[in-house]
Amino acid sequence: MKIVIPVDANIKETDVCMSFGRAPYYMLYNTEDSSYEFIKNTAATSPGGAGIQAAQTVVDLKVDALLTPRCGQNAADIILGANIKVYKTLHPSVQYNIKEFLDNKLNPLSEIHSGYHNHGNY
Amino acid sequence: MKIALLSGKGGTGKTFVSVNMAFVAEKAMYIDCDVEEPNGHLFLNPQIEAVEEVKVAMPKIDHEKCTGCRKCVEFCRFNALAYVNNAVKVFEDVCHSCGGCMLVCPENAIVEKDKTIGKIEKGRSGEVSVKTGILNMGEASGVPIVKQLIENVSIEEELSIIDAPPGSACIVMEAIKDVDYCVLVAEPTIFGTQNLSMVHELVKLFDIPYGVVLNKCLDDENPAEKYCEENEIHVIGKVMYSHDLALLSSQGEIVSRVDSSYYAKFKTMLERIFEEVHHGTTSRA
Repeated sequence: MKIVIPVDANIKETDVCMSFGRAPYYMLYNTEDSSYEFIKNTAATSPGGAGIQAAQTVVDLKVDALLTPRCGQNAADIILGANIKVYKTLHPSVQYNIKEFLDNKLNPLSEIHSGYHNHGNY
Repeated sequence: MKIALLSGKGGTGKTFVSVNMAFVAEKAMYIDCDVEEPNGHLFLNPQIEAVEEVKVAMPKIDHEKCTGCRKCVEFCRFNALAYVNNAVKVFEDVCHSCGGCMLVCPENAIVEKDKTIGKIEKGRSGEVSVKTGILNMGEASGVPIVKQLIENVSIEEELSIIDAPPGSACIVMEAIKDVDYCVLVAEPTIFGTQNLSMVHELVKLFDIPYGVVLNKCLDDENPAEKYCEENEIHVIGKVMYSHDLALLSSQGEIVSRVDSSYYAKFKTMLERIFEEVHHGTTSRA
């Protein structure tokens, strides 16, 4: 199974990024062999609609689950629409969340925020 | 003549100065371009005579023709399109109606459909005709409403007072691009002065004649006034902070209507603007 997590840096000890759409990297983790790689988020510096572009990246990775502390409405529409499950992270540590996920201890992300895209003027 | 009132931040008194200028002018059109929170109507209280909708074009995907090449998704700089479950999905709340996706689609699979993003209310308040732009909640941009508000304005009225949105972003540029004069309304605070410097930079860029109205002045040192001195900006008027004035405003009163000293003050400001604009025109000609 492939899972993806928004992260702050492209190192193994990195923390979960508080933002889904504007995370600098995504960690793509394979539960079969514990292998992982980092994907640069091209939407991180986008002037608007970052969540949409980031969700596109996640969908194109053909993952089974997304582990994230939060997710906006537009991104959720895309990800859930592609039948990817979204779980809420409980701790800043990426390794901790992976372990909890494998032990079925993470809950589905129930709270989808309405997004921040109307607050900027451009 | 078109005069725009702007300020770097909200709450400095753009609407206060605008409605008073419109009131003291013998005949004027007041145009509220602060489409996210238009409030000039609270003072002018116009009788609404007509309402027109403001529509923008949204992309509509013909899924029969779409081959999934994703050219539109890659092109959209606003990220309003995504390709999921073998279909292009449109996020209307972030689309800016640029039409680019339609141009890049090699299959002609994208057509336009109308979407209403707000409305314009037209009315009258004594000698002032009033136009109010109202953006629907959640919409990405009020620029199309401002465009429609200021369309054909010069031929409609001799004097138009444009109450611009706060800040110095695209929507403000749209509101001021064809005006003859800009009035920058400033507060006597350091923050207010910083915001004044932003709109000052903007009007210089547009090469539009401008002047400052110092609002809510106190007897203390005024950093906004100092900024004007340092940058040789013409201060066309000064309004002292007053509890009574704040009270009248909170009751939706136009102070020039109830207090002749304010009537005279705003009349003088308008005359100074007329002088500067006419002088500028002759010296340029």
